[in-house]
Amino acid sequence: MSISTSPDKLPRAEEILEPSPGALLRRRAFKHYGFIIGGGVLAFIVLMALTAPLLAPYDPYDQELTERFIPPIWHAKGEWAHPLGTDFYGRDYLSRTMYGAQVSLMIGFTVMLISGVIGTAMGVAAGYFGGRVDMVITFIITTRLAMPVILVALVVVALIGGSMEVVILVLGFLIWDRFAVVMRSTTQQIRNLDYVAAAEAAGCSVFRLLLTEILPNVVNVLIVVATLEIAHAVLLEAALSFLGLGVQPPTPSWGLMISEGKGHMFFKPWVISIPGFALFALVLCINLLGDGIRDITAPENRN
Amino acid sequence: MLFYTLKRFGMALLVLVTVSLVTFTLLRLSGDPAAAMAGESATEEDIEYVRKHFGFDKPLPVQYWAWATKALQGDFGRSVYLKRPVAQIVAEKAPVTMTLGACALLFALVLSIPLGVLAAMRPNTITDRTALTIALIGQAFPSFFFALILILVFGVKLRMLPITGSDTWLHFILPSIALGYYATPAIMRVTRAGMLEVLGSDYIRTAKAKGLRPPVVLFKHALRNAIIPVVSLSAVQLGFMLGGSIVIEQIFSLHGIGRLAWQSIQRSDFEMMQAIVLTVACFYIALTFLADVLNAFLDPKIRVH
Repeated sequence: MSISTSPDKLPRAEEILEPSPGALLRRRAFKHYGFIIGGGVLAFIVLMALTAPLLAPYDPYDQELTERFIPPIWHAKGEWAHPLGTDFYGRDYLSRTMYGAQVSLMIGFTVMLISGVIGTAMGVAAGYFGGRVDMVITFIITTRLAMPVILVALVVVALIGGSMEVVILVLGFLIWDRFAVVMRSTTQQIRNLDYVAAAEAAGCSVFRLLLTEILPNVVNVLIVVATLEIAHAVLLEAALSFLGLGVQPPTPSWGLMISEGKGHMFFKPWVISIPGFALFALVLCINLLGDGIRDITAPENRN
Repeated sequence: MLFYTLKRFGMALLVLVTVSLVTFTLLRLSGDPAAAMAGESATEEDIEYVRKHFGFDKPLPVQYWAWATKALQGDFGRSVYLKRPVAQIVAEKAPVTMTLGACALLFALVLSIPLGVLAAMRPNTITDRTALTIALIGQAFPSFFFALILILVFGVKLRMLPITGSDTWLHFILPSIALGYYATPAIMRVTRAGMLEVLGSDYIRTAKAKGLRPPVVLFKHALRNAIIPVVSLSAVQLGFMLGGSIVIEQIFSLHGIGRLAWQSIQRSDFEMMQAIVLTVACFYIALTFLADVLNAFLDPKIRVH
């Protein structure tokens, strides 16, 4: 067998210079400021949460009643021993903020997993099968949308008793609606494409078809929704904890820290501004990352 | 049009019944209403008495049927804490929440529609980017934290506006901003997308070609069509706001349905919680129904499908 060297058999110059899809994706990612900033800050917060047991200067539960309400270092009376100050019980605010990241990320991620599985299963089923299945699932989604999330979550958490597990389960079973809605319409689009028809003609079982033809092609959209839903769950947890019906004290949740500090905010505004801005930064960078992933993976439907 | 409206109305009723069924079951399964009503110091016999007296010992379907037939006649039970009919109390508190929701929506529309139009007029420029950034920042700000900042700045530092109560319209300004800004990103994006689509269409080119002034083209021809999706989105957002007003009402001590819900949760006032969840759901269903009908009226294409 001889290797052909004739010019028309060799790849043309444009084809060699054409970057691979992966390289294109990377190139777009590095040019997208939202993606870089969002990803960077998120990585920092995740790192902060993971290294909290090693790097936090104090135990977040340790009360020191002689050191109550020390202001953060940007105030004149701040001390380097407590860079972000202390709260009403003299607990170190930096340590509590770091551990608070653990609570928010943990809840955001697990709620997203639960609601993602429920919503995706319903959305893909409705979009693929259509007809009666679609009608029933659409009705379930409509019903779920009519139920006020915060109110129902508050009532159920109050009746069962607040704890991190309860908050995760309640939110997970409540906020699957966006997954279902988006997955339904995405699957409807893919369902009519030729390769799905080809797989059907080849005698693929429905289960296999959903798993190997449909799912891999909705993954991009799924990642975007999942990112945005983490942010949604983080905000909801903070609101529930703020109202006293989420994560229970003395756990360092950012929403709870704002709730505990609000009685003192007039004279010691940092007790609410530090956890508040932490929450804001986390949600903002998750949203930036989500929008970034959408722009990078599907730049054609940016508008 | 009549057929569409009737069909849509039947659907709304069906959703309402399902929501009531789900809420009822969810509340009964989450906790023991008898134990909650009897209080913490109650003995086993007390709880047993309450259970018998209110019929909590009967099977769930029987309980639901009894509750539903009464509810249809406007009787949602009595509040064990306030010793008055639940429906009466909810009706007293509803106007505050509805005023708050309407003001919040108004604020959101006034802020987001101009932003959306501006962004669509100059897509992918500094104006557009700024509007999108404002939307992103708005989405990330926790509403309760934003409310507290508003209190600190406008209530305490500048002493411009009252921060608690619902006596005058001034009392509604800060809560409306705190509640409404969360809806602005969504409305802004939809306005922008709608405007972009409409501005690229043929009849806008015709309007420009026949020499109409740009503001006339923009507002009389383009915005009118671009705004149709905003109608239904506004209804949905208003529904969400009524549900989310619990946080804002709690912070600003507004005596509306949200605050009542929070108090009822603290007092384990079972019938009250149930009625409130259902009332808010009812508002949402009614709003989306009205929006759909209005949409079908504005855009005949919807009716046919």
